[in-house]
Order: sequence, then structure tokens, then C-alpha cells
Amino acid sequence: MSQVDFKAVLSLARGYRFQWEESQNNHVLLYPEGMVQLSDTAAAVLSLCNGQRTVEAIVAELEEDYETDGLSEDVISFLEEAQEQGWIQYA
Amino acid sequence: MPKIPSPLWLLAEVTHSCPLQCPYCSNPLQLVPKKDELDTEGWLKVLHQARKLGAAQLGFSGGEPLVRKDLEVLIAEARKLGYYSNLITSGVGMDAARVENFRELGLDHIQVSFQADDATLNDYLAGTNAFQHKLDMARAVKASGYPMVLCFVIHRQNTDRVAQMLDLAAELQADYVELATTQFEGWALANRDHLLPTLEQVREAERVAHQYQEKYKGKMKIFYVVPDYYENRPKACVAGWGRVFIAVAPDGLVLPCHSARSLPDLELHNVRDRDLDWIWYESKAFNYFRGEDWMKEPCRSCDEREKDFGGCHCQAFKLTGDAKNADPTCAKSPHHHLIEQAIDTSRLNPNSSKPLLFRKRQINANLS
Repeated sequence: MSQVDFKAVLSLARGYRFQWEESQNNHVLLYPEGMVQLSDTAAAVLSLCNGQRTVEAIVAELEEDYETDGLSEDVISFLEEAQEQGWIQYA
Repeated sequence: MPKIPSPLWLLAEVTHSCPLQCPYCSNPLQLVPKKDELDTEGWLKVLHQARKLGAAQLGFSGGEPLVRKDLEVLIAEARKLGYYSNLITSGVGMDAARVENFRELGLDHIQVSFQADDATLNDYLAGTNAFQHKLDMARAVKASGYPMVLCFVIHRQNTDRVAQMLDLAAELQADYVELATTQFEGWALANRDHLLPTLEQVREAERVAHQYQEKYKGKMKIFYVVPDYYENRPKACVAGWGRVFIAVAPDGLVLPCHSARSLPDLELHNVRDRDLDWIWYESKAFNYFRGEDWMKEPCRSCDEREKDFGGCHCQAFKLTGDAKNADPTCAKSPHHHLIEQAIDTSRLNPNSSKPLLFRKRQINANLS
């Protein structure tokens, strides 16, 4: 379902929480009775899915942080997977 | 011995009191009386110590956790400490205002359990008129901005209604539905002849669940787990003893699994006497089934031992008399015939002559 709208605002899905876990030395996504340990790149994207940024803004911000361009495709493919998993929703 | 991992899950069984009397309750037959419960300070100490150990998921359970008047205090502290907190409830003991307050205090998730999809069967099994209130509370939970998570506990007396349960869930616009087959512990084991579904029922429930999973894909997540009696392989109880999960009983007893109280020789400790760090890493109880040294055959040489860790030790103990035996739900167990006998009994004798034993409600004194 590659129909990501660049102008849409993303947030975490209902009941999901993103946080740093000191004891696991990792960012995690917490949800009803479950938890996913996130890779650094997944954490970087999800930290921006906070109901205040459009997909476009998320890509731009990541490109700035990583001092690169052309991240759009990778970010989109991650967002598609994250949506499939039910982690994020369009506000 | 490999490094002991930190726990991720704290189950806080804050009380054994419950306004419901479900005959499949997983609480022990000897319920902890109210006067022996940890006080607020005691629970706050548990929350702090377990969080420091690494627990990130917190379940408030019971009994009925809503019975505790200090639940709000515990919820607020849990949020402050960074837990993701789950309230596992019948819904009896809250109203829309209390739900809203939980939300403001930082509770992350409420799971409302149902006994059935209709009032008559639900209220018969619960031993009280709770069905309409449960419907109202499921709606209140969602209206408050939570995901709606419903749990139907299924067994022989209601498993033929899985389709109706899922219809109800869809009508309520549930986000997640768990169809949880009764685990045969505690009161459920005492009532097993009434509750164990037949093989035909299990397969039919599975078929219906899969059909609804397809139908509601992307809208409502449906979880259905085949009961271990029909799987031929045991479940990795609590994801492996002393690996992920720590439970604290109403009286402060710290348990590697919530029914471990019944096992002999563990030397369980109380959080009033020792801190959780010591109990998790050092105590005999938490190390009892860690690693593989304790294993007997057929587990010791089994190539699936790292997957299920020998299964449920409480089940092994209750059915075979030795917790170190393989869980008899495993077809490789020399005691597997005990499971087959139970299945035969349930198939041949669908109407047990023994009365259904409803659990006790309020516990103010030790049961004799």
C-alpha cells in the first residue's frame, strides 16, 4: 500500500508509547501488554511521529540530522511497514 | 550459566477480592484475605524496585484491582516511573468518571473481560449481574481515547458462541479481542470437568476465529490461542521461568509465575522481607528452573527445550506430582495419558455430576 501522503500528519497509534529504556539501552515502543525494541533508525523516525509533523517534514528533518538527502524512499518504506504493524496512524 | 536477564513485566496482583465469582478463576483456592494485603506504601515500594530492575510493562490485576481504593495512587506513581501500565479488569467497580480519571493519571490501557456475549450466560458465569455494566464500560474506555481491548475467557460452556462474541466485539468497535481459553489452574482445575472444551469445539472455535481474523483484518485484531491440552506441545510458561516475568501476590509474596505459590521447595520470599533485586537474581525460587540443570528426560535431551523450557511447571506438579517432570500436555511426556484421560472424560461426560464450584467473593478470613 504505497499511498503515503506527504502532506499528512503522523502520530503513534492509540495506546502506543515511544520511550528510551535505560536498562535495555534501547528505544522501545510500548503497547497493550507488549513491547518492541527499536533499531536506531526506526527510533529516529518514530520519535518524529508525534502528531505535529507531516511525512514531508519528517523526511526533511531526518535528512538534516543525518546530513544527507535522498532518505525519502527508506522513510516511506519504513512508514508503510509501521502502519502495517499498527504502530502509527495519520492524524 | 548465562547472564540472568532483567525482568520486563511486573504483574501486580493487588487483591484477591472480586465482585465476580467466575468458576475458571486462576487465583489459588486459598485466596489471600484482605487483612494480609500489602498497603499502599508496600505497593509503591514494589513499583519502585521492579522499575529499577528493568520492568517496563506493568499489569494491575487481581482479583479485581478496582476494589483497591488506592489504585489511583499506584497508577499515578507508575506513570511517573515510566511504566506502561495495563489494567486487567472486569469493569465492575468503575464508571465513566473513574475511567477518565485513570486516563488523566496516566494509565495506558484498560482490558475489559467478558464471560460471554449475552447477559444470561455472562451473568450466570460471573455469579452477578454485570453484563450491561461491562458493555457501558467498554464504550467508556474507548470514548476516553483508549484502544478498546476485550478479553473473552472461553471454555466448554461458552466456546460455541465465539462467532457471537466476535460480532459483539465488532459492534462495540473493539481494537483488540483476545479469546483466551481457560488455563487449568486454581479454580479452573477444580472445575475442569465442566470447563474443558472438546476437540471438536476447539477446532470449530479456531475455524471461526480465523474467519473473523480475515474479515476484520486491519480493523480489529483477534487473538485466539489453542488450549495447551490440544497442542501436543507445552506453552513456554511466562516466557521462561525467571527470564521476563515477575508477579507479586496481594500479600507481597514474589512469584516467578502467578500460580507458583502451590509449588513445593521453592522457598518463596516476601517483598516485606527482601528486596526485588535480591529475589530476582539470588533467591532459590527464581533460580529453580533457570537454565537446564534441573531438567529430567524427556526434556533434557529434547531439541525443543529452548523453545518451551519444559512447559508449565505448576501443571507438571499438579498433574504428575513432580514440578520437574515435563508438562504433561507435551505428547513426549510419559504422563501425557493424564491429559488424554481428561479430554476423554470431557467428551464422554459433557454434563459432570459434580456441582460447578464458584469462587468466593470477598475474603476476610482464611478459608477452612
